[in-house]
Amino acid sequence: MYVDWRASASLVGTVLQYLTLTLSIPVVVGLVYGDPLVPFAATGVVTLAAGTGLARLDPDPDLGMREAFLMVAATWLAVAIVGALPYVVAGNGTVAQPTNALFESMSGFTTTGATVMGDISFDTHSHALLMWRQLTQWLGGMGIVVLAVAILPELSVGGAQLMDAEAPGPGIEKLTPRIAETARALWGIYLGLTVLEIVLLLGLNQVGLAPEMGPYNAVAHGFTTLPTGGFSPEAYSIEAFSAAVQWLIVPFMVAAGTNFALFWYALNGDLSRLRQDSEFRFYAGVIGATTAVVAGTLFTGAGLATLPAEMAGIVGDLEPSLRHAAFQAVSMITTTGYASVDFNAWGMPSQMLLFLALFVGGSAGSTGGAIKIVRWLVILKSIRRELFTTVHPDDVRPVRLGGRALDERAIRGIYAFTLLYFALFALGVLLVMLDAGRVGYGVTGYEVMSAVGATIGNVGPGFGAVGPMNSYLHFPWSSKLLMVALMWFGRLEVLPVLVLFTPGYWRR
Amino acid sequence: MRVVIVGAGEVGSSIAESLASEHDVVVVDVDSDRVESITYSLDVLAITGDGTDLDVMAEAGVADADIVIASTDDDETNLATCGTASTVSDAFTIARVKSANYLDTWEHSEGAFGVDFMVCTDLLTAQAIVRLISLPTAHDVDPFAGGKVQMAEFDVTEASPIAGQTVSEADRFDSLTFAAVVRDGEVEIARGETVIDAGTRVVVIGNPESVRSFASAVAVERPAIDDVVVVGGSTIGYLVADLLERRGFAPRLIERDPERARDLAERLSGSRVLEHDATDQTFLEREHVGDADMVVATLGSDERCLLVSLLAKRLGVERAVAVVEEHEYVDVFEAVGVDVAVNPRMVTAEEITRFTREDRAENVAIIASDRAEVLEIEVDPDSVLAGRPIREAMGDIPEGVVIGALTRDGEFVTPRGDTVVEVGDHVVVFVREDVREEVTTEL
Repeated sequence: MYVDWRASASLVGTVLQYLTLTLSIPVVVGLVYGDPLVPFAATGVVTLAAGTGLARLDPDPDLGMREAFLMVAATWLAVAIVGALPYVVAGNGTVAQPTNALFESMSGFTTTGATVMGDISFDTHSHALLMWRQLTQWLGGMGIVVLAVAILPELSVGGAQLMDAEAPGPGIEKLTPRIAETARALWGIYLGLTVLEIVLLLGLNQVGLAPEMGPYNAVAHGFTTLPTGGFSPEAYSIEAFSAAVQWLIVPFMVAAGTNFALFWYALNGDLSRLRQDSEFRFYAGVIGATTAVVAGTLFTGAGLATLPAEMAGIVGDLEPSLRHAAFQAVSMITTTGYASVDFNAWGMPSQMLLFLALFVGGSAGSTGGAIKIVRWLVILKSIRRELFTTVHPDDVRPVRLGGRALDERAIRGIYAFTLLYFALFALGVLLVMLDAGRVGYGVTGYEVMSAVGATIGNVGPGFGAVGPMNSYLHFPWSSKLLMVALMWFGRLEVLPVLVLFTPGYWRR
Repeated sequence: MRVVIVGAGEVGSSIAESLASEHDVVVVDVDSDRVESITYSLDVLAITGDGTDLDVMAEAGVADADIVIASTDDDETNLATCGTASTVSDAFTIARVKSANYLDTWEHSEGAFGVDFMVCTDLLTAQAIVRLISLPTAHDVDPFAGGKVQMAEFDVTEASPIAGQTVSEADRFDSLTFAAVVRDGEVEIARGETVIDAGTRVVVIGNPESVRSFASAVAVERPAIDDVVVVGGSTIGYLVADLLERRGFAPRLIERDPERARDLAERLSGSRVLEHDATDQTFLEREHVGDADMVVATLGSDERCLLVSLLAKRLGVERAVAVVEEHEYVDVFEAVGVDVAVNPRMVTAEEITRFTREDRAENVAIIASDRAEVLEIEVDPDSVLAGRPIREAMGDIPEGVVIGALTRDGEFVTPRGDTVVEVGDHVVVFVREDVREEVTTEL
């Protein structure tokens, strides 16, 4: 064997062992609300046993480049499988079915936010289980492997390779000489922003601006905003909360889609990095422009022949138009997937803008998914270069990002990734359409395209049947498994997973 | 003063020649033929040996030397020579380098490598070229008194409005002094009645504004230079483009080696780098190089520089500047149509000489191949100028001298006959070579 799979498996085992600790959070919630603790106890036992067994495969794991890819991809699959156990053991509602449980768990860890829960309410599910669902997103947001690098000393050498395979965007940015310190810094910022959001949400609740935002909801939404997750224990997502809550969540979603390295520099007193970063400026510009156009289409009611009841309070009213436009544009661009309103009722122009936003994604080094702002920026710049060199064939014109010239190989990699992303998207759409036809499930191409785009981009809700207030429940089991794979691929940015399925990976 | 010069190439010999009359000069070179020829041609002591060899340096009397100049063609040898000298002597060390990296290091921590003053050939050459670009009609421009004063040489053409006028007729520019008229290589001090004929070259000294307005007056509707094409991505070419970028130009740079072109394009964010052979006429036409205001040829080979310059001129480029390594080619190039030929070694020798002259002469520019000089001098109490109106002092100064400009406390003062020169003033004087020695002691 040219790939030392034992080393990879052993480290996956170590990660699982640590994952057992995180089960204590739903256990505490369960104790407070008097929920049954068996689902978590059972999961804990299984996870610890599996983790210990795997860790024994290789007591002294040594990671090369290939092992790193295998380890990262396998970790995410293993974590998703283990994370599905509480849903199955609890045995309530639609997620008790194993395929659904795996879908929900993968959607959680990959911070997608697509759900197959038929009934999101405390009548069907315990407080503890719904908090576990929120927690999976928080753990997956900054990255399980990044967290492992932060705390496991044995990952210090191969750590950069591991983080590279997991972190969003092309390449990672080392903030400190030691990769573990970088990982700790990123998780520290992530934790800090999460706590800040929870405190502010509770503050709104205390001053009476958010009566529904009690401690449980504040923590639950803090857990899913910063990872750009999108799960909510409320069936109506953020629509269940006041306008003040909706406005407050917008900047936190924007922050979640920002390169966390910029926050690190800002905390070290270098605010100019944030202002001058070309990706951040482009990101802010895209958000601003999308918000403005969506707000315009909402305000004028463009594309609406008759005025549906849901739109009555929005069309012609500036504040709600602007609020929902900003919220939905940011939610889709950062791949969070929260909804402040059921945008299925929106006019087609507004919907189409949100649909296109599925492919934008957050910044590199953020918790967002999809293609990422920086790749679009490089593609736009290199297209501009192509146009110029068509007329001036002798011009040597490097593509610059923030004053630094980009390596041509990096640009080629970005093109390859983007093309592969769209190829997978097209293949996914085709397979899901065929599958739906097989079982006679009547979905439109638009709905399927939004479902596939939202799962591979880790966004969550799509349009129509998979809209923000609906679910992915009615897809056949085979389509759900395909989407599980798409979420997995999407979270790890396709290549680190896809490479495992090439013969060259396993050969000398 | 005792001056030790290591390296008797063009730069070293040229410095030795300018210093030999006033100082005790010792020249050290590894090449015994060169040493022999210098022994006979110059009044200096020439020694065969390596400047990094302590014994050789002892023989050259480095322990008693006031200045050590390392001017070989090899950077590392020059740095090691200065380092060696500073271990046994308190002499002021001057090193000539090509690489701008060494200059950067030295500027970060002065005294690095045991060097007290560093002269970067490529950078000096680039700066000289850029000065020409910012004053497009000038043949040579040198700054004095921290940039408050400029000396510039201009060619007078038939069409020029001052052609055929006398100096007093042409002298309608404030803060500007006509210093000399160079006619067929002969330097003529500008008097009121001196006629400025077409085909001559005038030397003027003044503040930068007056020099610029004079430049636009002698230039017949020649637009300011905007579009510059640098041909050849040598270090000089890169530095020229870089300096131009900093002045707000967006030059084009042509380099035929793909890797070098890519490297340059990455470093020069404000320039357009083209990867092609600049002697390909179809390419030059396609990129409309003929429309450029100026072409700077820095190809590393004199012949190719000449070829490109002439090709560019034929395509309609206003002015062509070529970097010429071979000293003897300078006049030839200018004779066949290159507007300005810049010789890096001459530029370097000029800079080093400026530093070696008696302390009071702070700055120097060489005119018409050493037939005259422009010097900057700080007036001390012993000077014939001190405390006297210029008209009165001029009687005690030999012919062949023009007081071009004066700065007092960093401010420009136009010298008129009744201007009283004070101790501490900086005077910029034009001096004919034959009276230089006499003048520098009197002033």
